[in-house]
Amino acid sequence: MGGREVLPPTLEGMTLSAHAPAPDVPDASSRDDGARPEWPDATGHFGVYGGRFVPEALIAALDELTEAYEAMRVDPAFLAEFARLQRDYTGRPSPITEVPKFAEHCGGARVLLKREDLNHTGSHKINNVLGQALLTKRIGKQRVIAETGAGQHGVATATAAALMGLSCTVYMGEEDTRRQALNVARMRLLGAEVIPVTTGSRTLKDAINEAFRDWVTNVETTNYVFGTVAGPHPFPAMVRDFQRVIGDEARAQLLEREGRLPDVVLACVGGGSNAIGIFTAFVPDDGVRLVGLEAGGDGVETGRHAATITGGDPGVLHGARSYLLQDVNGQTIESHSISAGLDYPGVGPEHSFLNDIGRAEYRPVTDAQAMEAFALLCRTEGIIPAIESAHALAGAMQIGQELGSRGTGGRGDEPPVLLVNLSGRGDKDVETASAWFGLGEQTAPTDGDERAVEAGRGAEPGPGLDEDQRATDGAVSNDEAVAGPDAGEQA
Amino acid sequence: MSALQERIAAARAEGRAALVAYLPVGYPDVDTSIAAMVAAVEGGADVVEVGVPYSDPGMDGPVIQEAVDVAVRAGVGLPDVLRAVSAVAEAGAVPVVMSYWNPIERYGVDRFADDLAAAGGAGVITPDLIPDEAGAWLAASERTGLDRVFLVAPSSTDVRLASTLAACRGFVYAASTMGVTGTRATVGDAAERLVSRTRAVAGDLPICVGLGVSDGDQAAEVAGFADGVIVGSAYVRTLLEGRGPDGVRVLSEELAAGVRRAKVRA
Repeated sequence: MGGREVLPPTLEGMTLSAHAPAPDVPDASSRDDGARPEWPDATGHFGVYGGRFVPEALIAALDELTEAYEAMRVDPAFLAEFARLQRDYTGRPSPITEVPKFAEHCGGARVLLKREDLNHTGSHKINNVLGQALLTKRIGKQRVIAETGAGQHGVATATAAALMGLSCTVYMGEEDTRRQALNVARMRLLGAEVIPVTTGSRTLKDAINEAFRDWVTNVETTNYVFGTVAGPHPFPAMVRDFQRVIGDEARAQLLEREGRLPDVVLACVGGGSNAIGIFTAFVPDDGVRLVGLEAGGDGVETGRHAATITGGDPGVLHGARSYLLQDVNGQTIESHSISAGLDYPGVGPEHSFLNDIGRAEYRPVTDAQAMEAFALLCRTEGIIPAIESAHALAGAMQIGQELGSRGTGGRGDEPPVLLVNLSGRGDKDVETASAWFGLGEQTAPTDGDERAVEAGRGAEPGPGLDEDQRATDGAVSNDEAVAGPDAGEQA
Repeated sequence: MSALQERIAAARAEGRAALVAYLPVGYPDVDTSIAAMVAAVEGGADVVEVGVPYSDPGMDGPVIQEAVDVAVRAGVGLPDVLRAVSAVAEAGAVPVVMSYWNPIERYGVDRFADDLAAAGGAGVITPDLIPDEAGAWLAASERTGLDRVFLVAPSSTDVRLASTLAACRGFVYAASTMGVTGTRATVGDAAERLVSRTRAVAGDLPICVGLGVSDGDQAAEVAGFADGVIVGSAYVRTLLEGRGPDGVRVLSEELAAGVRRAKVRA
């Protein structure tokens, strides 16, 4: 990519390695590479999903964003700047790593990881944030707000804000500020104000509510940098466009390296941005299974989970119609997952659509299954994944074993190829994992010690974990930032 | 003519603005919340916004959130709301339901329209449903004759003001400021500017102003340029502070006096 002079004409064509010819897969090379999906429609609907279910006060801002984004996404100056940032700042293209020792647990399949964990800031979230930060500057606003669950989107937003000289406020559920204290500290080091949210379940969904309240109050000066493919139009389509680089790159990398497409593409799904990011390029490839792994928590049958499509029903939440976890009164049910980044009772509308038309399938992975896969990748390959991404790894173990036991899924004598989006790295999860596995004073589990996984369930945290810490005290607050509720009372 | 529009016109005929009181069903419990609504009517409210508890009230500030959270956790739902609607109608005010969209969609739009009409409800205010997304509700309200109240905001363009008002029936809810519900020291002139812009395309549709009004003086100020004055958080705070239905009645009397002090436009 370094010497490439030709600018990509659109976001869709913006893979950082050229699409390689694929002699063995004529249909793959002859199709219109990188075409933008025909959905959503002009008003943001993916079939019956999506749309805009927001107060009228936000419509003007959403219209402004839509218009500015549609102009920006085909502007050569933006595309050049975005490409430069992705290459020089994020470190794209991210590599593909084959993990043969991990794959020994996957029924004979080959497993290839798309290494979004190696991006600057440690996850795929930076892809979207750089695009939205450039859009913020384009519409002349000086302040950004964001919601965050695991903290990865908050860190990415704080990073982009620091890079581009924007004031930044991040809303984070109080529960999550405890689970992800490291990311709270990172955001503050980057100059962002972190506001712990104490309403409702004190997790991601409540952080989104609070961010919307801030936005409706301060919309003249503030842009909302939304972190996933949910929310009102244009967010689902815009975030998809910024994240599709994952799949565009991976598809080209597989064709170049293997001369073929993968049999299955797997990604974890909370709101669903990393999954849409890797799925989009493969949606037209009919032979490629797309599998989203939802957070099954304690098990969908227990009711304590975050498997929105598996265990939910269509409804309206956070500005769009999509599947959601709700009770008989239409109240949002609090979700449960060991993974803060997947602990969300909603899901992006495009996933609901892909599910209903049968193009993608969604299945749950429990906390225990995800943590088993987490430990396995650490020990077999020397890669500590985010717990979110470990759900996708667990899905690869399941599907690989299913295909292996059926003797199907590959091409002729070749084993099936599973492409897993390793959406983030696990540095932020070390304390959670230590508590789960009962580490600290105890010894690490070994391959032969299957019981360690079970024994670690519900274990006390190891020494050095301050459960009572108030991560929000002493926040490095940005003088320009105005907290939404305060501003509202002053208005 | 719709029941809401008729009641607001009757107030205007008395040379005053209408008083619209918001209270959520289920705080501190369903029966007390209904008693508080009746007390609001006895104190002088012309219209009661019967609030549907919702887990994710994105347009509400901390006061209403606190009360509604209790009701959500207690499992209060639309059957309780319909009971409150009937009680308000019996007390002599016009009941209009205020609901975020998902509870109604979950209940079934047509089923809710039928049940609301049967309970004596005039219509529904939908803070997170814009006419663009309201196809099922427009059809159901047309079929049942219910009023549909959409919101306009200071940020609404002239084009959106016109299209939103074309979809409204009963009245239009003008959000006085950019922000969430809650009492404010001043209502500000943004509300008056919005009402003036809205009036230009409203025809004879009444314009009620909400967000930020908490006492008689503010009610008088808003009544000087609006057809109705909507008060929410101040009523809810009365209950949060433990002053009960009696406190609600006293607040209604103060606000009812306020809407009568103003010089109402001709």
